[in-house]
Amino acid sequence: MTKEDISQAVIDIIQEILPDEDMGGLDQEKPLRDQLELDSMDFLDIVMELRKRYSVEVPEKDYMELNTLQSTVQYLQPKMESL
Amino acid sequence: MALDSRIVITGIGLTAPNGDSLSEFRNSLLNGISGVETIETRYMNTVPAGVCHFDQYKYQNKKQVRRGTRAGSISIYCANEAITDAGLDLDVPGRDRVGVFLGITEHGTVETENEVYNLGQYGNDVKFWTHHHNPRTVANNPAGEVTLNMKISGPHLCIGAACAAGNLGLIYGAQMLRLGEIDVALAGGVSESIHSFGIFASFKSQGALAVNEDPAKASRPFDKDRNGIVVAEGGCVYILERLEDALARDAKIYGEIAGYAYNSDASDFVLPNPTRQAQCIRLALKRAGMAPSDIDIVNTHGTGTKQGDEFECQAINEIFNGSETSYINNTKSYIGHAMGAAGALELAGNIPSFTDSYVHPTINIDNIDPECELKNLVIGTPKKLDHVDTILNNSFGMLGINSVIIVKRYKGSLET
Repeated sequence: MTKEDISQAVIDIIQEILPDEDMGGLDQEKPLRDQLELDSMDFLDIVMELRKRYSVEVPEKDYMELNTLQSTVQYLQPKMESL
Repeated sequence: MALDSRIVITGIGLTAPNGDSLSEFRNSLLNGISGVETIETRYMNTVPAGVCHFDQYKYQNKKQVRRGTRAGSISIYCANEAITDAGLDLDVPGRDRVGVFLGITEHGTVETENEVYNLGQYGNDVKFWTHHHNPRTVANNPAGEVTLNMKISGPHLCIGAACAAGNLGLIYGAQMLRLGEIDVALAGGVSESIHSFGIFASFKSQGALAVNEDPAKASRPFDKDRNGIVVAEGGCVYILERLEDALARDAKIYGEIAGYAYNSDASDFVLPNPTRQAQCIRLALKRAGMAPSDIDIVNTHGTGTKQGDEFECQAINEIFNGSETSYINNTKSYIGHAMGAAGALELAGNIPSFTDSYVHPTINIDNIDPECELKNLVIGTPKKLDHVDTILNNSFGMLGINSVIIVKRYKGSLET
């Protein structure tokens, strides 16, 4: 998957978890939690969906890597580029 | 405020398979409109079921619906509708003075079944088990979701009381008001049971699941050809207040809780016990200071099982056979068995009798079972009375739990 593919995959997951949110204006460099009503249970949903859809594991020690969309894509790229 | 405070109903919010408000529900009950339809359920193909069609996004956004449970959504809808109906501003008593008490037959079955099924799609590897499982399945979930939605910080809980639970929600709410622990109770019952295959399958294995080519004819308590229960979902939340508080804010008063009782059969896991049912009815009458002839409407529990209906009719005949003015009906014949919501919903369906003086009929009795012959059983068409002042509502459940509540018309005097 390219960076763009990974970004879209993450956006698709968040959109499913937050169906009321408009993802159009998401700033890639700002923390997701500052832009979206994203709580800890939603965050765990993102981790679960990455596991279910792409067999990607995000260990708890790495949760901070999912701070912004940009940092999330950077973190996931080595795990997903071969998919 | 005292332990004998008079408790009145000042708001009703509901969703039933044949109506999403009291007026819609009542209209269906007076016009023979069933809410039972055919649905598909996991592993069992099709079954008749009572399905609600309320707008679940009226008081929740999509994320909230996705995160919570069906029982939570039903409860939130009913609670908000009830508060609106009561014209009550929760900030006036203060949200810490409001309690939420909802009867449930069970809770968590639906969510657990779904998650076990989902896990099977991932080779039963528990790393795919959702973190939502526990908050969705804790026994206080439906009432807790109401408090989250409405920012109510007083006490809440669900009352697990099998199919007697709807009445128990009301009883618990009245007791908390009399104890002075709250000023407003949101009390009633809720069911999401149609979303569980296991509840249908268990009734089927027990020989107690209704089947009929026409789903609207499947729920037929007291009919000779009845063959079991139609499972339904639904909810009903009442606003209960102490009479003096209701009068102080000039509230509309639907009726007053005149008496109640609940007891235990202590005899069998599933078979009802007419002796204990009769004892429960008598105790409620005694607490209300009423004789059987003081009751205008007896709303039966009757679920459509062979023995359950016979036993209840024995209990009712024992008590009401000598009363010429007590009329008897059944609401499950329209909506099926709404489990934890049943008692609360069925009472609500009869409360408009205080103003329209009609007894809604029991439908689907083509041939009365001789074992279910009841004096003044209203069949097929509504019965107009001179006036309706009292309703006695039966609700019974497995493990031998019986609940009876008596509601009377509020006559507008503090002395009566």
